[in-house]
Amino acid sequence: MAHDVAAPVQAPFFTTGTRILAAIAGIGIAVYIFRLIAGLGMVTNLDNQYPWGLWIAIDVACGVALAAGGFTTAALVHIFHQEKYHPVVRPALLTALLGYTFVVIGLLADLGRYYNVWHPMIPFMWQGNSVLFEVGICVMIYLTVLYIEFVPIATERFKGRVHLLGRLSVFDRLIEWAITLADKTLGRVMSLFIIAGVVLSCLHQSSLGTLMVIAPTKMHPLWYTPMSPLLFLLSAIAVGFPMVIFESILASRSFKLKPELDILSGLARFIPVILGLYLSVKIIDLILRGAWVYLFDGSPASLMYFLELGGGVLLPLIILMIPKARGSVGWLFTAAALVIGGVALNRINVFLVAYTPLYATKTYFPSPFEIALTAGLIALLVLAYRAAVMIFPVIALPAGVRPMVVENKNKALAGA
Amino acid sequence: MKRRDILKLAGAGGVLLLSGTAAAGDTQGMASNDDALGVLVDTTVCIGCRKCEWACNQANALSSRDSKAFEDKSVCRKQRRPVDDAFTVVNAFDGRRSDGEPSYMKIQCMHCFKPACVSACLVGALRKTPEGPVTYDSWKCMGCRYCMVACPFQIPAYEYSDPLTPRVRKCTFCAERLGEGKKPACVEICPNEALTFGKRRDLVMLAYSRIRQFPDRYVDHVYGENEAGGTSWMYLSPVDFTKTELPALNSRPIPEITETIQHGVFRWFVPPVLLYGILGLSMISMKTGDQDKKEDDNGA
Ligand code: SF4
Ligand code: SF4
Repeated sequence: MAHDVAAPVQAPFFTTGTRILAAIAGIGIAVYIFRLIAGLGMVTNLDNQYPWGLWIAIDVACGVALAAGGFTTAALVHIFHQEKYHPVVRPALLTALLGYTFVVIGLLADLGRYYNVWHPMIPFMWQGNSVLFEVGICVMIYLTVLYIEFVPIATERFKGRVHLLGRLSVFDRLIEWAITLADKTLGRVMSLFIIAGVVLSCLHQSSLGTLMVIAPTKMHPLWYTPMSPLLFLLSAIAVGFPMVIFESILASRSFKLKPELDILSGLARFIPVILGLYLSVKIIDLILRGAWVYLFDGSPASLMYFLELGGGVLLPLIILMIPKARGSVGWLFTAAALVIGGVALNRINVFLVAYTPLYATKTYFPSPFEIALTAGLIALLVLAYRAAVMIFPVIALPAGVRPMVVENKNKALAGA
Repeated sequence: MKRRDILKLAGAGGVLLLSGTAAAGDTQGMASNDDALGVLVDTTVCIGCRKCEWACNQANALSSRDSKAFEDKSVCRKQRRPVDDAFTVVNAFDGRRSDGEPSYMKIQCMHCFKPACVSACLVGALRKTPEGPVTYDSWKCMGCRYCMVACPFQIPAYEYSDPLTPRVRKCTFCAERLGEGKKPACVEICPNEALTFGKRRDLVMLAYSRIRQFPDRYVDHVYGENEAGGTSWMYLSPVDFTKTELPALNSRPIPEITETIQHGVFRWFVPPVLLYGILGLSMISMKTGDQDKKEDDNGA
């Protein structure tokens, strides 16, 4: 397929933007190290009333939700064979892979005994009643699946190009052979992994929503519902394509490529359907539980709920129902950003806003350290993404662009 | 991919097998045991002397162990909470005493029958022993603090100031002392017998006989008999419990809904395997209708 050729993007890594990101990332890494040395008490505003804070809400809960593009696009293209969308599978896979990697990195900062993070893998410690156990196991396996799914992309990059330096070059053949073998074997069983990835995603995306169901007396009724797992799953599915659109537009802007409008507006057609479903389940749930009365008490929680549902669900739903808006890069970007913001706000609402300790003597607000670490990880994630698309063939370059880039490169090589 | 392949994977899929342990777990180790031990706290008898606080710190080797530090009764009015360095606190409340003095209520882990903390803990660091105590193994703990999120009494406290080996801290019900046939340290020291230690079944009977004997002294409610599915520690009060700091809870175990959801999703691994099968079948069937597409585009 002509449009379908992914190649490493050729661009300078450092720009003003990436330098700023690098600075934010640098501060974040410093705070991270400080956290490991000084402990949670010094660095965070967490206490016995508020055991979970920003890191769980953003780094973990939002991180997992916003990485949902990986499994939704994999399902769309590989399971439902909508081949048209093939070019977005790799970027979405990379986002998921990096997203989950950073979820784990963020989680490690939050765990009091981060060096025990592997304990859920030990059979005699398995605790099947625990929602968190399932989330942990699923995330671990899914992360592995994501790396496996990425292997063909890596081998594609290096196949036929293994040139080790000096004496090591005797191993060229061997490595070449290993890469080819890995590629071939994986090629045959990849479908199994792809389906597994979708199943695992459905499991832990929904289970993240079950987590807070164990705290009925601490949760605000607007968000406390046994339907929470379904809502989390639906919102994760809903945010998958918007993430793809958002990133794709950002990447094409950053690398000065033309956005693949045809593909993106095609994806956008699915979004209102899922958002509509999500919205109706949310509303029906509010009515059935009688919790809608809390909507109009003017409390900060009710405002947050309106913001989450109005700005993050209803508004983008309306925008994307309009065919003209779906055909405009600006509107697509706006609507995608709104959905992303809405789902992120939902996670923040569930894990932070809705949570009130029984014996609250204060309210939780993240410390500057907590914020700096989270911001640093996000910046690092963006930088890692940029580096990855420059090394690996992830982004599909329109037919006209690639030869030019290669040509430029050849010219440069010839000149050197 | 052939259908056979899907079934093979479904059978061997470590993924699903692992997640499926949820179905096996059930409420094992959480069952209420009639012979389980408990403590009855009679707040009409407690004089707020704080000797139990001191004894607890002694028994658990906590930092504040100078008995003089516990002579000040005024701190009882501060509505303290148990913390990582104090597993029990005695708080004052208005018990409508004729002499105008406050009543006192000792607060500690309730050692629930169906503890939310135990259900939440993903590595089984917290455990409900058949004898009654909810115990904690720090070497298993990851420090995720989900137990703290889950506890409906806001009991577990965390050693936030410890950078390397922080522990979840709470009343242990002196599990070790019980093993040696001793009473909990607080019960042993209580000069006024405000705390009665024994088999929980007997304690419930004792509580109701006191209520029957002195109907003016108590409200007709044994807190903990049914709250959150029942707790090992129970309370008698001179005033309605809604006027005390104990939370109003119905008799449903706190982890009931989450466990029902978890075990429903993983019942005999059926739902995940079914989903896998459906997705696999759609993958195949939609592909055959699409023969002219490339075969080798998987994973890319
Ligand atoms: S009171 Fe809290 S910490 Fe104690 S057993 Fe019950 S849930 Fe666990
Ligand atoms: S903090 Fe420790 S004891 Fe509490 S749930 Fe996490 S692993 Fe279990």
